[in-house]
Amino acid sequence: MSQHATTYVPKSAFGKWFESRLPIASLVHSSFIAFPVPRNLTYFWTFGAILVFMLVAQIVTGVFLAMYYTPNAAMAFQSVEHIMRDVNYGWLLRYLHANGASMFFVAVYIHIFRNFYYGSYKAPREVLYILGVIIFLLMMATAFMGYVLPWGQMSFWGATVITNLFSAIPVVGETIVSFLWGGYSVGNPTLNRFFSLHFLLPFMIFGVVILHVWALHVPGQNNPTGIPIKSGKDAVPFTPYATIKDIFAVVVFMLFFGYWVFYMPNYLGHADNYIPANPAVTPSHIVPEWYFLPFYAILRAIPDKLGGVIAMFSAIAVWFLMPWLDTSKVRSTAYRPLYKQFFWVFVAVCVLLGWLGSKPAEGWYVVVSQIATAYYFIHFLVILPVLGFVERPLPLPNSILESVMGVQKGGAGMPAGANAEPQSKG
Amino acid sequence: MAETTTHVAEPTRRDFLFIATGAAAAVGGATLVWPFIQSLAPDAATVAAGAPVEVDLGPIAEGQIVKVFWRGKLIFVRHRTAEEIKAAQDVNVATLRDPQPDSARVKPDHAQWLIVYGNCTHLGCVPLGQQGEYHGWFCPCHGSVFDTSGRVRGGPAPINLPIPPYTFTSDTKIVIGQEATA
Amino acid sequence: MMKRTLLIAAALLGLSAPAYAAGETPVPPQLKWSFQGPFGKFDRAQLQRGFKVYREVCASCHGLSYVSFRNLSQPGGPEFSEAQVRALAAEYKIQDGPNEAGDMFERPGRAADRFPSPFPNENAAAAANGGKAPPDLSLMPKARTYERGFPWFIIDVFRQYSENGADYVTALLNGYEEAPQGFTVPEGGHYNHYYPGHVIAMPKPLSDGQVEYPKNEAGQPQAPETVDQYARDVTAFLTWTAEPHLEARKRLGFQAMLFLLVLSVLLYFTKKKIWARVGGEVEGHATPPMTHNP
Repeated sequence: MSQHATTYVPKSAFGKWFESRLPIASLVHSSFIAFPVPRNLTYFWTFGAILVFMLVAQIVTGVFLAMYYTPNAAMAFQSVEHIMRDVNYGWLLRYLHANGASMFFVAVYIHIFRNFYYGSYKAPREVLYILGVIIFLLMMATAFMGYVLPWGQMSFWGATVITNLFSAIPVVGETIVSFLWGGYSVGNPTLNRFFSLHFLLPFMIFGVVILHVWALHVPGQNNPTGIPIKSGKDAVPFTPYATIKDIFAVVVFMLFFGYWVFYMPNYLGHADNYIPANPAVTPSHIVPEWYFLPFYAILRAIPDKLGGVIAMFSAIAVWFLMPWLDTSKVRSTAYRPLYKQFFWVFVAVCVLLGWLGSKPAEGWYVVVSQIATAYYFIHFLVILPVLGFVERPLPLPNSILESVMGVQKGGAGMPAGANAEPQSKG
Repeated sequence: MAETTTHVAEPTRRDFLFIATGAAAAVGGATLVWPFIQSLAPDAATVAAGAPVEVDLGPIAEGQIVKVFWRGKLIFVRHRTAEEIKAAQDVNVATLRDPQPDSARVKPDHAQWLIVYGNCTHLGCVPLGQQGEYHGWFCPCHGSVFDTSGRVRGGPAPINLPIPPYTFTSDTKIVIGQEATA
Repeated sequence: MMKRTLLIAAALLGLSAPAYAAGETPVPPQLKWSFQGPFGKFDRAQLQRGFKVYREVCASCHGLSYVSFRNLSQPGGPEFSEAQVRALAAEYKIQDGPNEAGDMFERPGRAADRFPSPFPNENAAAAANGGKAPPDLSLMPKARTYERGFPWFIIDVFRQYSENGADYVTALLNGYEEAPQGFTVPEGGHYNHYYPGHVIAMPKPLSDGQVEYPKNEAGQPQAPETVDQYARDVTAFLTWTAEPHLEARKRLGFQAMLFLLVLSVLLYFTKKKIWARVGGEVEGHATPPMTHNP
């Protein structure tokens, strides 16, 4: 998984025999035990582990739910109620899975904004970052199709609205939509294929996560100073230091997760989705799940259908260009006084867009949505490139150790022998 | 020069084999993908269920909108009142977003019958009848407004409510899904 | 100066008009429920009374199709005895079949049967009720809510307010009144204070003294036989039908949260001890001096 020198030596005869045939133990050792981790990582760096936990939790609860769920338009709603009422701990599995999707997005948004703040997307981590954006897109597709499965009113109309987005594509749009539906409208074939894809996509996410972790282990982790590991003293071995911190963070996150599951299990959903799907009646106010709201606000801000769709997809597409749009040589926002202010304005604009997405598209909401959408794109396309040239960054510390402990103190870091320095050049 | 020619000619024969093999494999691959893509299209049963449906207009009172389904799609059958027809006709077509005279949206001599798809052209919600500024339809989702001819008059919808193919078989009967063969 | 302030205020009010128009349906009062909060439990007597109201009033039009008779005796619900449930189920006629001759037949209900719906299908229900089928009530308090708005939707998370649906349903049942002057109620509609748009197809379902409640030792009804009490009791019952494992959820939640809390404390100190080997945990970066590079 990485080119680090490994200090792993199998002790047992079986270990040696196995190692010479499949060197997986040394791979795990170099990637998750001896791997050097900057010693100054904050809890914002534990969200990678939290996200792996959430992915596994969603797959496990999902597989068990699939044993009872029926992907048929006539029976889906009832089969979910069967899970909720009659299956032993079925209510727990379903609430874990439904709220788990939201928790997954809470964690991924913190992970993404940590990356924005500390410049983790910059060289040499561009590929790592782009793989992350791909994971996010796959997550959105999976979450959207999962929300259709209970076949309530919001499932049905959400699916109708979102699949109709593709009809905005000139010439082939209508054909694409009928291929998505497998019919002339959202119906049983649509539900069936969404179930199939909803089952498949998490495993594809898992595959891209492996690439994401692989790409992480080449340059090593970024850290709050944004400067690379320069000596063994800047780093600690992944196990036990990062491992125990990650486990602690995951358990604290489980407390947060549990609060929703046990005490507010329906708060993040929509009441309308407890009404069975009815193609003849539209809910008075179609709203996507909270984690899609900022993108939904961007979609509605543009008064033109195709334009709205393009704006919405561009809102994520622009993320792919971020490593090249940001012209600043300094990674961490801690040393970028101007960008720090723009960063928080950007966060506020994203939250504002989320709130606007939940409001009806009328009156001044539309105007504010348009201003916020414009700012969203200006942030990426104007502010990021220009700031790199006009901003005077603060002086960077000479090393991670100096930044966090002062030059004199120092402390035990990686053992001298573990000269497993990541290939970070930046 | 001659040497160069033979140098080029030799590989050309070999290249042909490579290209032919590659092309055959590509065609094979594309052919293999074809059934998978096609399986996503509406299946035979769905297509068959999409056969034309007959609607009896007799029981529909003036001012009433009846919802019917054809191919899983909602269709409004609206018996328009005289004022509604007049309102639909007295519009400067040039000012419309999707310019279309009322006469192009109904069948000749049947101006009281407006038959349109019942899903908003914005994102497919069901607009509410006799509401909105023009008393045609109002979409509760994103606020599109339609007039009594089903033409978009406000909001984000890009085009008018489309007209499904239909034909009058008598004065009180229509067949939806079948265009008149004149 | 005063004039200018007024002008600005007027402009602001004008701007916020659409928001106000969208939320003009009155907000239902927040009631006290025995099942709210982290240790909430259903009141058995209230669920039993609520079931009586459902059965004698609502059931003539509204189904309860996801609920089985057996649920009425399961723990965490009204907890009728199994004998009571068997007797109750037997009072209903359930269609079964086909028998050996190939015919459908009716038989007395069993505990395992679901509540039969009052109408054979939705179209029949709509035809018998002026074009609008009465909705199934199994999930009603979870399928209805009302707009909370900022900042309440954030505060709700901390005070665990998830009884929006129950408050709305009770308010609706209490909300029948005379239409105000100038408000025309269309034919077949009824004015309701809390229904969005105020025109509801359902006529006023409850009236005082309509359902007889069980008597206590003193010969008095267990609870007041009033519309408000009926509304609260039937709402509590429907909250249980919508969420039959609510008590189990909150009980397991307490155990799980307690366990996770203890585990996280243990992990915290373990982590501290491990990090002590490298001179303790240091995070982030020193505050950079606020001077610029020369």
